[in-house]
Order: sequence, then C-alpha cells, then structure tokens
Amino acid sequence: MSKEEKKVNRRDFLYTASYTVGAVGVGAVVWPLIDQMNPDKAQKALATTEVDISNIEPGKEITVLWRGKPVFLKRRTPEEIAEARSVSLDDLPDPQKDEERVIEGKDEWLVMLGVCTHLGCVPLKNKGDFKGWFCPCHGSHYDVSGRIRKGPAPKNMEIPKFEFVDNNTIKIG
Amino acid sequence: MSKFNFIKIFILALFLSSTNLVKAVEQNDPIKVNWSFKGLTGKFDRASLQRGFQVYKEVCSSCHSMQYLSYRNLGELGGPEFSEEEVKAIAASVEIEDGPDSQGEMFFRPGRPSDKFKSPYPNINASIAANGGAYPPDMSVLVKARPGGSNYIYSVLVGYEDPPSGMVLDDGVYYNKYMIGNKIKMSAPLTEGIVEYTDGTQPSVDQMAKDVTTFLSWAAEPELEERHRTGVKVIIYLILLTILVYLSMKKIWSRVDSEV
Amino acid sequence: MSDHEYKPKSKAGKWFNDRLPLLTLGAHLTDYPTPKNLNYWWTFGGILTFCLLTQIITGVVLAMHYVAHADLAFASVEHIMRDVNYGWLIRYIHSNGASMFFLAVYIHIFRSLFYGSYKSPREVIWIIGLLIYLLMMAAAFMGYVLPWGQMSFWGATVITNLFSAIPLVGESITTWLWGAYSVDNPTLNRFFSLHYLIPFLILGLVVLHIWALHVPGNNNPVGIDIKKPSKDTVPFHPYITIKDAFALLMFMIVFAGFVFFTPNVLGHSDNYIPANPLVTPAHIVPEWYLLPFYAILRSVPDKLGGVILMFGAIFILFVLPWLDTSKVRSAVFRPLYRQFYWIFVIDVLMLGYIGAMPAEGIYLVLARVGTIYYFLHFIVVLPVVGLLEKTEPIPMSISDPVLSSGAEPSLAKKDNVKI
Repeated sequence: MSKEEKKVNRRDFLYTASYTVGAVGVGAVVWPLIDQMNPDKAQKALATTEVDISNIEPGKEITVLWRGKPVFLKRRTPEEIAEARSVSLDDLPDPQKDEERVIEGKDEWLVMLGVCTHLGCVPLKNKGDFKGWFCPCHGSHYDVSGRIRKGPAPKNMEIPKFEFVDNNTIKIG
Repeated sequence: MSKFNFIKIFILALFLSSTNLVKAVEQNDPIKVNWSFKGLTGKFDRASLQRGFQVYKEVCSSCHSMQYLSYRNLGELGGPEFSEEEVKAIAASVEIEDGPDSQGEMFFRPGRPSDKFKSPYPNINASIAANGGAYPPDMSVLVKARPGGSNYIYSVLVGYEDPPSGMVLDDGVYYNKYMIGNKIKMSAPLTEGIVEYTDGTQPSVDQMAKDVTTFLSWAAEPELEERHRTGVKVIIYLILLTILVYLSMKKIWSRVDSEV
Repeated sequence: MSDHEYKPKSKAGKWFNDRLPLLTLGAHLTDYPTPKNLNYWWTFGGILTFCLLTQIITGVVLAMHYVAHADLAFASVEHIMRDVNYGWLIRYIHSNGASMFFLAVYIHIFRSLFYGSYKSPREVIWIIGLLIYLLMMAAAFMGYVLPWGQMSFWGATVITNLFSAIPLVGESITTWLWGAYSVDNPTLNRFFSLHYLIPFLILGLVVLHIWALHVPGNNNPVGIDIKKPSKDTVPFHPYITIKDAFALLMFMIVFAGFVFFTPNVLGHSDNYIPANPLVTPAHIVPEWYLLPFYAILRSVPDKLGGVILMFGAIFILFVLPWLDTSKVRSAVFRPLYRQFYWIFVIDVLMLGYIGAMPAEGIYLVLARVGTIYYFLHFIVVLPVVGLLEKTEPIPMSISDPVLSSGAEPSLAKKDNVKI
C-alpha cells in the first residue's frame, strides 16, 4: 500500500463516523455533569413562599426570605404613591412607571427583591436622596417605587412574580 | 478459543461472591412475583402505585415513617403521577409543624407539596416505645434494604400463618413464614377490605400487598423508569460505537502483518 | 526517550516547546513504539486510566452534594438519589465504578503474573502498581463508609479494629484513627477528607507507573525484548489507541449494564439501613474485591496473626520479582508454571468465595487450606519451579517465528493458545 493511499484511508467514512458518534457520546455525558449543578428538585419545589401581611401598617415594610434572597414588602402611604407617580420618566435611568411595578387595585403594596441590581447587596430602607432605599456597598439610590435614581446600579430593583391569595396573604413565586 | 473467557470467569466469580448465599436455617425463599417493573424496560403500574399509596397512607403510615419522600414526589414522572391538584390535596390533608414565627412560636399549617412525608412519631425512640420495643423501620428505601427486595416485602405481607406446633411465641410476637427468623413484632397489617379502592379493584390481601409493594419499590427507586429508559439508549449507542470502532480497528491494523 | 528529536512545525509551537517541551512529550506518547503482538489483556491499562478518571470526575460531583456528617450523610445520599439532577446516575456510576475499577485492576495484575511483566527490568513498574493497588483499597474502603449505612459503620468498625491487634499501642492507634471512642462523626469526617485526597495520589503514581513503563517499554505475550523496533513494534497511535478504545467500549457495555439495570447487585442491602451503633448486621462482609483478604484474615484463630497474615498477603507481592527465579518471562513458554498459575487463580477465587461465607465448618477448613496455599505459591512454588522447570523454546524475535532451538514451527499459533 502506498503512502498516498494510506492518507486517503485516514479520512475515509469509517473514521469520520467513529469520531462523530464518539463525539456525540462525549457530549451526552457532559450534560448530566453540568446539569447536576443547577437547582435540584427540592430547590425548585421551594420556589413559592406565602406571607401574612395583615399586621403591616401603612408606611411600614417587612422583609421575608424567598429563594434565599430578601423580599421587601412595603405598604406605601397615599403620599408615597403620589410621589412615586409624579416622577417624569425622563429622570429615570431605567424608565418604568410605578403602575407597572404593582398590582392594579393593590397599589399600596410594593413587593420587590431587596437586592441591589449593581452587585447584589441588600439596600437599606428609608435612606438615600429619594426617600426610598440606599445601597451602602457602592452608593446606589432608589426611590419609593424601588427604581434606580442615582449611582452605579443599572436597573430598578426586580419585582418577583407574586399574587394575592386573599386580602391578607401574598404568595411570592 | 475466545479471548473473553477470562472476563466471563471473572464476572461469574463476581456474581457468586456478591449474592447473599448466607441464610437462616428455617428461612423460606420469598415468593417470586412477576413485577411489571422488572426487566430491561420495566415500568411501574401507575394504577397499582396509586392504590399502593392509599394502602400506605391508610395502613402503614400510622407506624412507619417515609422521611426521605416529599409529597411533590407523588406527582413526578415515573411515580404514581397524581395530578397537581391531587398532590396539593394530599399534602394539605396533614398538619405540618413549622416555625418559629415572628413571635418565636412553632405553629401548625396545612402541608405543601414541598414538605417531606409527615412521620407518625417525633423520633425513633418514640416509635420504639409505642410499638412494644420494636422499631417500625422507615420505608423510604426499605425495598433496597432487604436482600429479597420487592419479593421479600410482598412475601412478608402475605406470609402470616399459625405458628408450627411446638413453637411458643411471646406476647406481641407473630409467626411469619418469610420473615427472617420467622418471628415478627408487627401483627398482620392487611385484612380483606381494610381499604376501599376507588377504582373498583377488589381489596384482597394479595392485591393490597402487591399494590403497596409496588409503591414501596417506587419509593426506594424513584429513578427506575428513567434509569431503564436511559440504559437501553446507552447500551444501543455503545454497541453501535463499538461496531464502528471495531471496523476502524480492523482497517488500521490491516496495514501491519499482525492480528488484532 | 524517542530516538529522533521532535521539531514543532509552527513558530509558536517551537517557542512554547523550547520553554516547556509538552509537544515533545505528546509526540513521544503518540509515537511510542509498542510491541505489535500485544493481546487484549494489555488493554486494561487504558481501561484503568478511564476508571480512575471516571471515579475522580463523578466523585468531585458527588462531593458537591454530599454532607460528611453522621446525622446528615445518609440523608444527603438519598438527596443525591432523589433530588439532584442526574444524581442517581452519577452516584451509581461512582459506586459501580469502584467495582469496575477493581475488576480491571485484578485482570491487569493477573495478566502481569501470567506474562511475567513484573520481572527485570520492570520491577519498579510492578512496585508502583502495587502501591496504586494499596491506595485503591484504602480509597474504596473509606468511600464505602461515606453513605453511613449499617455496612459502612460496621465495616469501618471492623477494619479500624484491625489496628488494635498491634501490641502495646494498638488501642491508642485505633482511638487515634477514630478521633472518638468508637467510629463516629470525627471518623466519618476524616475518611471523607482522605477519600477525596487518595485518588489524586493515585493519579500521581499512575504518571510514575507509565513513566517507568516507557523506560524499558512494554512487555509482550512472548515476553522477549524488542530486537528490531521497525519490525516488532507499531506506533502507539493509532494502533494501540484504537485497540484500547475498542476494548474500553466492550468494558463500558458491561459497566453500563450494572449501572442501569442492576445498580445495587454488587453492594449490600444492609447499607440502605442507616448506621446504628447499637445493632450489628447478621453478616458483615466487605465489598467483593476485598473478600480474598478477608478470608485470609478470618482463617487465623489469633487476632494479631490474622492481621499479620492479611497484610502479609499483600506485601509478599512486593518481593515477587525476586521470589520468581525463572529467567523466562512469559508463562506461554513455562509449562509447569502455567499449571501453578491456574491453581493460584483458582485459590484466590476460592478465597474470595469463602470470604463471603460464614467463618465456620467446611468454610473455615477451606479458608485455611487456601491461605496456606496462597503463601506456598510465593514462598515455595515460584522459587522452586523457576529452578527446576524445563522451559519451551523461545522465539528469536516478535516478528520472526524462529525459535532458539528451531523446534516449534509456528509462533502465531502458539501465541493464540496461551489463554
């Protein structure tokens, strides 16, 4: 057999098929090894939390734990709502109306992830230049709607999926 | 002569040394049942799993815990596959202790699918004290924890008999043909019609034993169906690749004057 | 080690290779001249590398989910089996992988015994291999403790108590191993730590094992040195790699059969009962791969004697290259040794079987006979047979079926009969 023929042989169908099928198998093995680090079934099952809100006075807020993160539940006063709605969208780095951040008819309830969108710290309540929250880590200021107004954070604080089970109970997740 | 004879011998030796050939003297071999979940493509009988859960809930669960299962498991694929609403209802039918609340008090609330199965006793000592000194074992992996597996559990459930003449049993000890040592501290748990099946199946002792054993087999190996399915695919794939590699090997080695 | 100097083609390759000759190493491994008559028993080295890597990868993954605490270990294993994505698959690969690893290592060792691969100039390869085997046993034993089931607990109790047989300091050593006054949480914690460490020690030894192999080169079924590299050898790649790949795939089919269809058959059902320091299981048996040594341990009615004999059974292998007096390597040309080789194989299998049986009656007698023979094989049979045996004619080279005495017509045939 000449050297040329050997070279052609190397590239022939059989070797290509073996390599291809082998590569598919390696790929199939890699996925379980990656997916095992994703949230497991127990974690996924804990994805909802129910909160009793009957004891929260207007103007007060509580913090609950959901998926390992703090969730701020604030019962806003009419003044606070009015103030949040008076802001022009042009003044907002991440323009969003206050109405889009609450459930219609339950406007007094602001439910949001208490996580600064900069690098994940928990902002302090009733602090900062906008009567909302202030993140002590890198100086981001949020307003009473949880929207970013000043500082390095790029986005408003996130509103999780939530619903009112009844007048006194909120289900987050 | 086959080059793989060695391997055969080794695998045989492996099987020989792994099986439990040690047995008590009067031990009867468990009854062999033709379970639907045995074999390479075995699957659980969905209806039997649901009935089995009913037997567990109404009979076994008054003494036996199942602490590694959650109510959500009952709705997962490959299991009894109760609907989401049914799972929620099953979970909500038990009171789960939770807390502490904001006052520092523990409180009870209806169960959720994410809760673990509620145990009948607060701890092992309590369960031993309540059962005449015998610990009712946790049933989560019971089928895997007994040498005979499903057949053994089923056999014990149907193996209650009058003791052979001359055998004296203490109070609270029962004769069981298949139990290791033949003495058991659990009285016969199943009697004709002790549960009422909603699907019209006759609740005979044999039927209930089969159903609850099926349920316990799933509880011990909830991954069984997925494992079988994946296994068939993996082996087909490996055989295909082996053939390709074998042919490639023959081709490569044809360049030298030596056998592979 | 290669005869020719490797020159990278690209400029960047040359730059890098001058600073760290990885490409030279790669070229050496690719071109490594391998005897062309290697049979399938020689594929288990590659298979073992696969086993080690599989155990390391799945083990690292399991350690992400496992909790090394006496109260939580059993539950965390159930958590892996039930909740972690593909957790059942990864755990079953790891637990069956240990058995597969030992299956392969035993074939590898017995291949070496048959073809005399432990003899000069390969003694160091053999000794490093034995060190790997010792570490494997330690890793496997500690790994079996981690699920914290009944067999874990009582296996750990029995094995650590072996050290209490040492005179004077035995009790102190055992307590030191436990970190408590019985096998308890501190024991579990340190076993987990060591179980994670050992595979990487093994990996290091495997590198030395292969390095030591590449100095003299592979032994081969006829057991003679390479005379004409151009005719007697083939480059490692693609000839040996493709053959190893084929054998590995066959091995993986068996492996997959266990993992997917009988994942618990090699384990013990008692290990699905959580550890209970108050109740010992009726029959304590180690995993199948340790059974021959367990049989030797139990065959001696004296505590210290049993322990010494059990460790002796392993350590005698270290001096094997000097106990075997035969100048001929391969059993293919050693008719008398060949008989004793098979008797020895049967003896070890029998010891393994007895190790799983209760230590009483006929089993105890057989265990004693088997143990005595095990040592006789090394101390008496090997030295004496090597001196007395009249070996068969040996071919001049691997590629030339010319025998030193010219008696045997075909080597190829001879080569095929050997197993």
